Formats: sequence, structure tokens, C-alpha cells
Amino acid sequence: MDDTQDSPAAIRAEHVGKRFGPVTALRDINLSVRRGEILGLIGDNGAGKSTLIKILTGYHKPDTGQLHIDGEPVGLRSVSHARSLGIETVFQDLAMINGLPVYLNLHLNTERVYRPIPFLRRKEMKRRARECLDSIGIDIPSVTTEVGRLSGGQRQAIAVARSVYSNARILLLDEPLAAMGAREGGLILRLLRTLKERADLAIVLIAHNYTQVVDICDRVNLLQHGQITLDKPTSETSVAELLDLVAAEYRVQ
Amino acid sequence: MTGTRAASTVDSSGRDGRDGIGRLVADGLLRRRELSIALVTIVLALYFALTTNGFADSSNYHIIAQYFAPWAIIAAGEVMLLICGEIDLSAGYMFTLAPFVLAVFVNNGAPLIVALAGALIVCACVGVANGLIVTVLKMPSFITTLGMFFLLWGVALLLSGGSPVHAPERGALVAVLGGWQWAELCWAIGIVVVMQVVLSGTRFGVYTFAVGGNPTAASEAGIRTRRIKTACFALTSVLAGFAGILDGIRVGSFDPTNGGANYMFLAVASAVIGGTALLGGSGTVVGALIGAIALGIVHEGFTLAGINANAFNAVLGIAVLAAMMLNIYLGRFSRAGT
Repeated sequence: MDDTQDSPAAIRAEHVGKRFGPVTALRDINLSVRRGEILGLIGDNGAGKSTLIKILTGYHKPDTGQLHIDGEPVGLRSVSHARSLGIETVFQDLAMINGLPVYLNLHLNTERVYRPIPFLRRKEMKRRARECLDSIGIDIPSVTTEVGRLSGGQRQAIAVARSVYSNARILLLDEPLAAMGAREGGLILRLLRTLKERADLAIVLIAHNYTQVVDICDRVNLLQHGQITLDKPTSETSVAELLDLVAAEYRVQ
Repeated sequence: MTGTRAASTVDSSGRDGRDGIGRLVADGLLRRRELSIALVTIVLALYFALTTNGFADSSNYHIIAQYFAPWAIIAAGEVMLLICGEIDLSAGYMFTLAPFVLAVFVNNGAPLIVALAGALIVCACVGVANGLIVTVLKMPSFITTLGMFFLLWGVALLLSGGSPVHAPERGALVAVLGGWQWAELCWAIGIVVVMQVVLSGTRFGVYTFAVGGNPTAASEAGIRTRRIKTACFALTSVLAGFAGILDGIRVGSFDPTNGGANYMFLAVASAVIGGTALLGGSGTVVGALIGAIALGIVHEGFTLAGINANAFNAVLGIAVLAAMMLNIYLGRFSRAGT
């Protein structure tokens, strides 16, 4: 949590609060992620995880508190503003065009064209797509395959690759491992490890599977009733402790 | 990956541009669905050539071309709209109305070229109106363009007074626009080629597929989905209006009973037979041209064979149903197969 270690946090939320009418979704959130770090964000449904993510991506504006990116205070105006600052989110719906091939999905709205007549540079886009997938170790046989024909894990991997590819410096992953089998989930976990080694990317991972959180994340934050009630390196906690903390509030007194 | 992106946008040379375009056309032509409908078309042509008198004859080819050229031009626009998940029912009456708009300009002393530009601008405005009603007011395109269908029909009848008027007859421009007997066919093929290149070779084409395939994803990626759809509506109206003007000049008179629902449905049928999905996300303009040719051949073949016109509609109906089912099941099959 402390920024004192080396460089300032890639993204830091300071005393962030958000109300929707009479409902307080978030109260006094303090959270930070450094480059090369994966922060696991856990918490029960309704704890405020998605509100927090939406604030970090510029979808909601916080009522109180301040966001800092690389130590600089910023007010995110919109999702595209956040994106221009390198904040990318991979939502569960993945935002893929099933009918288009992998390389066009990877270049969606960042297509390469010839000048002055703007025809698509397909060859170059295919090559770059191949490089992109190879560089982060995603195994897709052909970049010309329609995305609709790929498995859930492969599509998730491509969605992550696209975010990284489009200059992401802060990557927010909303339950990328949900509804995924062991082999598929393994693919994503390997991908996250590769990304972490690059050390220029800060990753926030929302997950329900605490085993995976402890396995892949450097640090874990537990969100309960709009507050972060636990912030620990995963090396100092365990699946049992996390389960216990989440379950505690529902235990019959 | 982060640093290389900015650098490589600058290094466009355009040297291998021709190679790219060649590939595009080849890509477009070699799609399996287009090939299969092309095969059906050839078989149909052979069948009628062998079984009827006068089918394989240049004057007959001319008649067939007269049938399908306007359908193919309207279909070139409809394909774009169908791919982005919309439809324009009013295109047939845009076809009917556009020549009378041209006539209004001509009667007020405008030279033909100015009148043509004016008429096409009016068509574009109609298309933009369709597009804005659909995208901004969030009306279904089926209802919006149904309203526009009656509106354009009514305006065409009001402008014409319900009776035909003479089309411009002299000048090089008239020859280019339909006076020469193959002009309409040349326009149809030219428009189809250009639209196919736009669809498979430009960002606009990719965005059209993206908007139809997954609108949420497209807008999340920053694609201006409203603008793409509105542009497709405008394009369809302009092409339909242009086809109407070509057809009117070829015939030598502008007729308020020409075009209409029949032409629009034949254009949509051509697109569907040519492999375009009605739910958006896939289709080709070349396929629609081949679909239109197939319908033209059947239409003329039946006429020569002495089968009555009602049978043509029955065959058309079966062809559309079969094509739709093939599209859906072939799509599912190929998706499940990998």
C-alpha cells in the first residue's frame, strides 16, 4: 500500500467515496497498484467491486476523494479519457466482434491503412497481430480465424492482448476466470504471469476463486460494505483466512 | 508493443497497395457462398439456353441486364445496411422518386449534371433522415423506413401528378447515364466493384461489420456506430435514387409506377440469395450481384419458356427461403465444425 518503496503507484485511489441516492456504495476507499504488480480485488456480491472498477475506468465520477496516476492527481472525465491515460478494462462480455478475424479484432479502431488512399494494410496487421500474440505467449494457430470460432479462454486471452496492445499501462480485469475450465483458466493465468514479468503494467484482478487469487496475485484487497477491510501481500495470507473473513460477516452470532 | 505503434503509422509507402487491392478482390470473389450461388446461376443459364429459344442471344442478354442492373445497384446499398443490422424498405420508392426530383431541377433550368447532383443530394438527405431517426430516436429501421416508404411514394405521386414524364434525351451525359444500351449494366458492375472494395478493404467496411456483429463492442472500441449506420442509410438512398435515374433515362420516360416495393424486395432478395445475413454481421456486395443475376435469369427464362409471371414469384419465394436456411445452417455447421 505504501508508495515509498520505489516509483509512485501506477494508480492510487485516495479516500474515494460514492453514493447512489440513499445508498452508500463506497466509503473512504484507499487502494493502490504499482507497475509489475497484480492486485487481487475480492469481496462478496454487492460489496462495491464493480462501482470501484467503474470509478477507476472513468465511467462513474467519485463523490469524494481523489485518483492519482503515476503520482499525479487526475479527474477522469470519461471512459475514453481514462483509456487515453492507459487505463484499459477487460469486461466479461469481452467486446469481441465474432464475425471478424482475430487480427481485425486486435486492431479494432486502430486499423493500419495505406496513404493517401486508406485501404487496409491487412498483411501488416496480420504480422503485428502474430507478433502481439507471440510476445505474450498466446497460442492461436491462425490470426485469420474468426473470433466466434475460438474458445472462451482464447477469446479472453485475445481481449487481454488487445488491451495491452493498445497502450494499456493499467489493466483492470473483471472476473476473467469466471465460467472457465481448468485448462482455459490456466491459459489466462499463464498470460497474467507473462504480463507481470514485463514490469510496466499494473493489473487489478477481480476474482471469486481465492485459490487463484493467492496463486497469481502479489497483494489482495478485500472489499466489504464499501470499504477495504484487508490489504495484505498474498504471501502473508491464505485461502482459508480469506474465506474466513468473507464468511465471518454472515456467521450466525 | 507500446512503443512500436506510433512509429509504424508513419511508414506507409503505398508501394504494395496494388497487391493489397488485388488480394481484396480475390478474397471477395473466392468466398465459398458466392461461388456456390455463382454455380447455381451458371447452371440456370445453361438450362434456359438449352431448353428455350432465343435465350443465348445478345439481345436477350440485354433484357436480362435490364432486369438485374437496378436490383444489383439497390442491393449494393442494402447489403451494407443488412450487414450493420438494419434494412431500408424505402429504397424502392427512392428509386421511383429520384427521377422526378431530377425533372424538377431540369424544368427549373438546371443543366443535367447539376440536376443529377441535386437529385442525389436530396436522396442523401432522405437516407440521413432515415439514419438519424433510427440511431438518434432509436426507432427500428423496419418501422422508420416503412414510414419513409409511404412518404416517398406519396411525394413521387404528387410530383408526377400520377403520370409519366419525358426523360432528358440528348447529350453525352444522357448516353453515359443510360442512353447507351449497356450503360446501366456497366454502372451496376462498377458500383458493385467499388462497394465491395469499400466493404472489404477499408476501415468503413470493417466498422460496418463490427457495428452489425456486436454494437456494444463496436462502441466500446470507440467506433461511432451512429455515424456508420447513418452513412449506410445515406449510401443506400443515393444508390437507389441513382438506379432510378439510370432506369428512367434508359426507358426514356420517368414513370411513377416504376420501382416501388417490388424493386426493393428484389434487391433484398438478391442480397439474401447472395449470402447476406438479415441479422447483420456478414455479407458481400459481389454475392448480391450474383443473386440479382440469378433472379434476372430465372425471370427472363420463365418468360421465354412461356411460364406465367406468377410462377416467378413462387420460385423467388422458394429461392429466398432456401438461401436463408442455407446461410443459417451452413453458418452453424462451420462454426460447430472447428
